[in-house]
Amino acid sequence: MLIALHHIGQYFLLLNRIFKKPENFKLYWRQTLSEMVSLGLGSLGLIAIISFFMGAVVTLQTASNIDSPLIPDYAIGFATRQSFILELAPTMMCLILAGKIGSNIASEIGTMRITEQIDAFEIMGVNSASYLILPKIIAALLIVPIIIIYSMFLGVLGGAVVASYSDFSSMDKYLLGIRWNFTMFSIVYALIKTLFFAFIITSIPSFFGYYVRGGSQEIGKAATKSVVYSSIVILIVNYILTELLLM
Amino acid sequence: MIEIKNITKSFGQTKVLDDISNCFKQGEMNLIIGASGSGKSVLIKCIVGLHEVDFGNIEFNGRDFTKMSFMQRKEIRSEIGMLFQASALFNSLTVEENILFPLQMYTKMSNEEMLDRVNFCLKRVNLINVNQKYPAELSGGMQKRVGIARAIALNPKYLFCDEPNSGLDPRTGIVIDNLIMELTKEFQMTTIVVTHDMNSVMETGENIIFLHQGKKWWEGNNIEILKTDNKELCDFVYASKIMQKFKNQ
Repeated sequence: MLIALHHIGQYFLLLNRIFKKPENFKLYWRQTLSEMVSLGLGSLGLIAIISFFMGAVVTLQTASNIDSPLIPDYAIGFATRQSFILELAPTMMCLILAGKIGSNIASEIGTMRITEQIDAFEIMGVNSASYLILPKIIAALLIVPIIIIYSMFLGVLGGAVVASYSDFSSMDKYLLGIRWNFTMFSIVYALIKTLFFAFIITSIPSFFGYYVRGGSQEIGKAATKSVVYSSIVILIVNYILTELLLM
Repeated sequence: MIEIKNITKSFGQTKVLDDISNCFKQGEMNLIIGASGSGKSVLIKCIVGLHEVDFGNIEFNGRDFTKMSFMQRKEIRSEIGMLFQASALFNSLTVEENILFPLQMYTKMSNEEMLDRVNFCLKRVNLINVNQKYPAELSGGMQKRVGIARAIALNPKYLFCDEPNSGLDPRTGIVIDNLIMELTKEFQMTTIVVTHDMNSVMETGENIIFLHQGKKWWEGNNIEILKTDNKELCDFVYASKIMQKFKNQ
């Protein structure tokens, strides 16, 4: 318990260092753009494949589980849209990104720590925590919502492809379901959650990487821990935000 | 000049540095030697502020580093260059970008001026046509030279080198030692080198302190070290049987 409290305290102290005024805005912005490319573009392929097939499977599952003649066919499109926009895109995709981006960040910063590159920043008078982590957080806050919107689109598209090729529903009814009772708040809700998750999937792995001690084995452990803790925190925050925003 | 007074540092119950005082002179090679675990690297990291001391003072030309605020320390750090044991080059940046980094961070030079400075530093460490290479594409000796070029980019007053020739063959090690010595004389820097390499000690040891069990055990230069009767120092200098034989003769 004491160790957990120590780590939580250390995490907030690190956040305090990260959000100090940058030494050179131009260099920080350049670093942010580069992080946007590496965090964003590097994840597009994986997210596209997962979203498309998950959308297709959700549509098939919904269709095969609706037996009652009282439930209209357009409910399939409606269920796909709701599940993708409200949960699968923001939460599931962020859990996947926590694995992909999180382990990458923890091992990158951890390697910099054990090869004394972080010490080199400190000797130059650069706030290493801020220079290395702040651009990653800002990049994720800017790029992850775009990835999630892209995931929503591809998930619904995956369902549409299944609807058009199978005989349980027609494309018209699927599209009607997609549009039925749509409120913009669903997207806003998903994006609010995404912003919190984007912060979590960059700051927690950065914390584990920044404080790594030892050698390559510890870097591996830090990467694993960062994925586990980010995922747990995402699930807890997801529950809290859902309570707050939907209830 | 850097003066350290009564430096004491512990990690948990283990006392790593015990009441160390010394004066490191400007324009000279100041060497800290000692066996592995004697506290050399901890001492240099305390002097540059990577570790906080438990007790004692560190003065850079009379300015007490231990009593400074974060911003005041930052000012001193802009006067410090450091060469790390494993070079610590930023491996995602090219050689040119590595040396440009401190210039972009702290100067208001134009791009042309910065590139001129980069080329000057690289030429000074005898490296040409490596600007666009990544650290992983260079040999160990070349990485050390790039590390030195980056360390002198901002014209530092103080240069710190943590085992500059570790992992290098003796000949390349001496080339690096001589380069550091030349730069020290040329730019009149206060240079502190941590080493346990006896070739370095013999080649460049103008002022040497020997650490043993976290204490300053001996002080002298590369001539005096050969004549010393200090048992622990003799055990360190004449570690091999052949060297002991040579000493007895």
